[in-house]
Amino acid sequence: IELKFHYTVHTSLDVVEEKVSAVGKVIVDQRELYLGLLYPTEDYKVYGYVTNSKVKFVIVVDSSNTSLRDNEIRSMFRKLHNSFTDVMCNPFYNPGDPIQSKVFDSMVSSMMVQTC
Amino acid sequence: MSPAQWDLPPELCCRPMAFVALTGLDVVYNAVHRAIWDAFCANRRADRVPISFKVLPGDHEYPKCRTKRTSYEWYIPKGILKTGWMNKHLNLVPALVVLFYELDWDEPQWKEKQSECATKVEIVRTSLQGRNTKVAVVLIQKKTPLPPGEDVMASERAAALCNACDLSGKSLFVLPHTDHLVGYIIRLENAFYEHAQTYYYTEIRRVKSHKEFLNKTTHQLLFVRHQFKTAFFSELKQDTQNALKYYRAAYSLIHELRTHETNILEIKTMAGFINYKICRLCFQHNTPLDAIAQFRKHIDLCKKKIGSAELAFEHAAWMSKQFQYFGDLFDEAIKLGLTAIQTQNPGFYYQQAAHYAQERKRLAFQLCGGPEANLGYPAPDPLETPTGILDFYGQRAWRQGHQISTCFKLVSQELIIALLSNAVAQFKKYKCPRMKSRLMVQMGEEYYHTKDYAKALKLLDYVMCDYRTERWWGLLTSILGTALRCSYLMAQVKDYVSYSMELVGRASMLREDQKSRIQKNVAKVLKNEPPEAEPDCDPSAVKAAQALWNERGSQASGEDLILEVQDSVPFVQCKARFLHPSFHLDVPVQLHVFLLTDSPHPVRFSKLCVSLSNQDYNQYCVVDSLGQAPAQEDMCLVPGRTHRYSFRFVARPEDVGKKIEITGVDLMLGSENGRCIFLNWRGGGGDAASSHEALQATRSFKRRGRLPENEVDWDTVSIQASTMIISRVPRISVQLHHEPPALNNEMYCMMVTIQSHEDIVARDLKLTAGLKPGQDANLSHTTHVTLDGSKMCDDSHRALLPDIPMGDLQPQEKPLSIRCSTTGPRIFLVHVAYTVDTCIEGRDIVCKCHKDETVTIETVVPFEVAVKFVSTKFEHLEHVFVDVPFLLMTDILSMSPWPLHLVTSELQLAPTMAAVDQPASQVEEVVLQTGESASECFCLTCPPVHHGTTGVASGQYVMSWKRKSANATIPVVNTVITLPHVAVETIPLYVHADLPSFGRVRESLPVKYHIQNRTAIVQEVEMSVEPSDAFMFSGLKQVLVVPLIDTHSVAA
Repeated sequence: IELKFHYTVHTSLDVVEEKVSAVGKVIVDQRELYLGLLYPTEDYKVYGYVTNSKVKFVIVVDSSNTSLRDNEIRSMFRKLHNSFTDVMCNPFYNPGDPIQSKVFDSMVSSMMVQTC
Repeated sequence: MSPAQWDLPPELCCRPMAFVALTGLDVVYNAVHRAIWDAFCANRRADRVPISFKVLPGDHEYPKCRTKRTSYEWYIPKGILKTGWMNKHLNLVPALVVLFYELDWDEPQWKEKQSECATKVEIVRTSLQGRNTKVAVVLIQKKTPLPPGEDVMASERAAALCNACDLSGKSLFVLPHTDHLVGYIIRLENAFYEHAQTYYYTEIRRVKSHKEFLNKTTHQLLFVRHQFKTAFFSELKQDTQNALKYYRAAYSLIHELRTHETNILEIKTMAGFINYKICRLCFQHNTPLDAIAQFRKHIDLCKKKIGSAELAFEHAAWMSKQFQYFGDLFDEAIKLGLTAIQTQNPGFYYQQAAHYAQERKRLAFQLCGGPEANLGYPAPDPLETPTGILDFYGQRAWRQGHQISTCFKLVSQELIIALLSNAVAQFKKYKCPRMKSRLMVQMGEEYYHTKDYAKALKLLDYVMCDYRTERWWGLLTSILGTALRCSYLMAQVKDYVSYSMELVGRASMLREDQKSRIQKNVAKVLKNEPPEAEPDCDPSAVKAAQALWNERGSQASGEDLILEVQDSVPFVQCKARFLHPSFHLDVPVQLHVFLLTDSPHPVRFSKLCVSLSNQDYNQYCVVDSLGQAPAQEDMCLVPGRTHRYSFRFVARPEDVGKKIEITGVDLMLGSENGRCIFLNWRGGGGDAASSHEALQATRSFKRRGRLPENEVDWDTVSIQASTMIISRVPRISVQLHHEPPALNNEMYCMMVTIQSHEDIVARDLKLTAGLKPGQDANLSHTTHVTLDGSKMCDDSHRALLPDIPMGDLQPQEKPLSIRCSTTGPRIFLVHVAYTVDTCIEGRDIVCKCHKDETVTIETVVPFEVAVKFVSTKFEHLEHVFVDVPFLLMTDILSMSPWPLHLVTSELQLAPTMAAVDQPASQVEEVVLQTGESASECFCLTCPPVHHGTTGVASGQYVMSWKRKSANATIPVVNTVITLPHVAVETIPLYVHADLPSFGRVRESLPVKYHIQNRTAIVQEVEMSVEPSDAFMFSGLKQVLVVPLIDTHSVAA
């Protein structure tokens, strides 16, 4: 199952790449970070978010979950981004290494619990 | 149940066209009829009306029409739609029957013919009893008809014929068999089309009229049936808008039906049909979004209608087909000009179809208890009905729930693979490389399940590198696992080892115990033993594989396998580096190879060798168990510890100035008596993951733990795959003695002093001196270098003297003379080369050394010469007068920083000038210090010139000089200065006063005036003397001088 999610997230990067390159031509500065629904599959909805430094976040939601609207997803991404920024600001963190932050982990799991 | 069960019936998928039957044509034997038929059939392009024609014999039996029910009260329908219905209306029941009959208006036996025709019409009518099908008659005539109204007989007979056949005038046509056949046919076609339209219209009305008899409780099925029929007739009528409307109505009705075990399949089948029609029409109307929305709705509604759990596989198969058909429709629409986008293209539907197909297979296996339990297909086929066709779509011939377990065969794997490859093609088109890779992985897995391991491996191998470069290690591990199983089952030693190595390595996400198991298997392969089976392999396949492995083991001993590990992430990492980016020839080249393993167990290797671009050195870069025999523990790589292997060798003199590169590093695992596997790194090592790791390491500022002595932190090692061999450092000194700046045109002397500091004799000393190449081209033309300073050098001397042999060196000097004929800076190069014999690490080598000295020399003008013309009274002259003496003055101003020795000077007069006396140099042997100047003065006259000449050349002034410091052998420099032109004037009268230089008071002062006429003409000159107050005057006061030609006259 975990593998399947990996594949889902990996394939969603196709769409992210396409969207970012399409937007990139217009205005770089005022780009909307939230990319919206990337692509629909039978079972999941995949949402994407790309920071200005091209860090990509992907959220996969069960198709049957109707409580999460676009706005909720957007705010989830914001939260994720903020938390991620905090991790990056940690002087002991080396960009590119796997994130080992308890705060980040707990934020993510609280977000997961909330949506379930 | 064959998979074909789920294929849509062809009559559903085709485009419905009005069906018109043609009778009375004998297309086999009658050429005219054949031509008519061909004209109907040939070239049915889009611009022609959509009709499907069929030739039928005149007495063809059309399907019987059942007697019409007057009441539906006691009628309980058995199903939604009969299987034959669509076909019946497409191909069996015509909208119009056309009777062709050969009859001209002027037929002599008109009466007989007319009645024969009427009989034929009657036959057709009878067989169409109960149907609303129209009948039309076409008369095939040989003559071209006259314009309507002119042929009285024709209109009469036509009316009579219509009467006899009971036809309306609109249903009688004439087809003259002439040249314009196709034109007539097209006209006929259009008329037929109109008739067909009316027929279908009435059919629609008829079906609709049933509605009022129906009630909601018992006739639910009929509601759907009638809507479907209406829609289908509308389609036949080419009224697609209404058809779509009716289909939609039918679709919503079908979901209002009560579902239960027995009819769920029927409902799904019909829903699928109607959905197909709706989507198809939406695409046709160019509203793809509607089609997609309809399809989503369809899937959402039907997804849950699985029916009994045992039939779940059937549901999955049905779902798969739904997706596949929608994908096909979508793809077809795209071919017709629809544009799809990345996130909405047929690929998704094919992918989903494949997903359901896989699901179906899984469920089927579950039901049967595995693919091996292949229960035979029951002998009397329960699906065989007497007619071969079931009455209603989607119904079963047997009671459900009884014989299910025997009722399917294996799903053809080809179907899944075909769907996946369809999807791959789509995603490739819509720029989804990752989606494509994922589907290819699925395809590979599917091939693995079908035991087509070779194909599976090919696909997996192809996508592996994508995942590797994107560093999705989790996915890569899973793919590698499948690939490993494939290679195990095929007993592909090379692939098996390479996948194993990657799975054991650091990129793999496997648990330690898994890694350990795999590493042990690799060890077995190296010992030429068959490895243990991978888990989750098909037991029967494992048996076959073991046999294969044993076979491999027996036949291939001592076989070498070379694995290119550069592009994967193997469990041994390698970095090779030269210690310095360059080495002097007399210093041994040093090379380190670092190895690190991240496997769970230590790795023993039997040989390590480095290949260099110059293969002669390879022999020095080998570690093996035989040769220099390093300690045994050195040949064993401990996990997590960086091992270093050092090599050194002496470079060859001919490699000076060349690059030595590491072309590869080979590590041999296994031994000669088992299997040898070479891991080969191209260049200086590194693999698919190492460059990123190196980047991470440089970014990281984590404090590294203290390492024990002699150990290296892996991350700090960088690859240095090449080094330069440069010549030995020269131990000589080159000194240049000279006195800059150089003076223009002089023989400038430069003393080159070479002194050796070598311990032994420097041989074959060679000196190259002169202008450094690569400067302005003009400089090389105006610079001349010679060793012989005693002669002035000219253009035959070169600007650079190469390779002046100087023999073996004791300290020595060499004078060098340079002549620069223009001013400005120049860079001079002095290059000293020599050879010396040395001995490094027991090897005698001849080192060539060289030393370069460059010097920039400025060239300046030594002196300036100013020339002026003055009168004998030292007054400045603008111009000189013919035959009147004047003075030429030269001023020589020294500009040289060094004292100048003027040897002599010489005035070379032009023929237009003459010296008054013998001019001798007045500055001979004069020495000028900086800033001092010397002058000379020459008295000259200008002989008469031709009339009109204004300026004349005066000649040249040659200075001979040298530096004061120069020794006697240095030649004198002659500098030529061209004297300026001077303006000359001829004067007609020349007055010259002869005055004593002083007078005494009260003594007479004789004054003499010479008046000279310089012209050839006699002139009259009047002269008056006006005395001043200071003088008393005697002599003539006023004189009239009479004609004089070129004579002197004197006055007192």
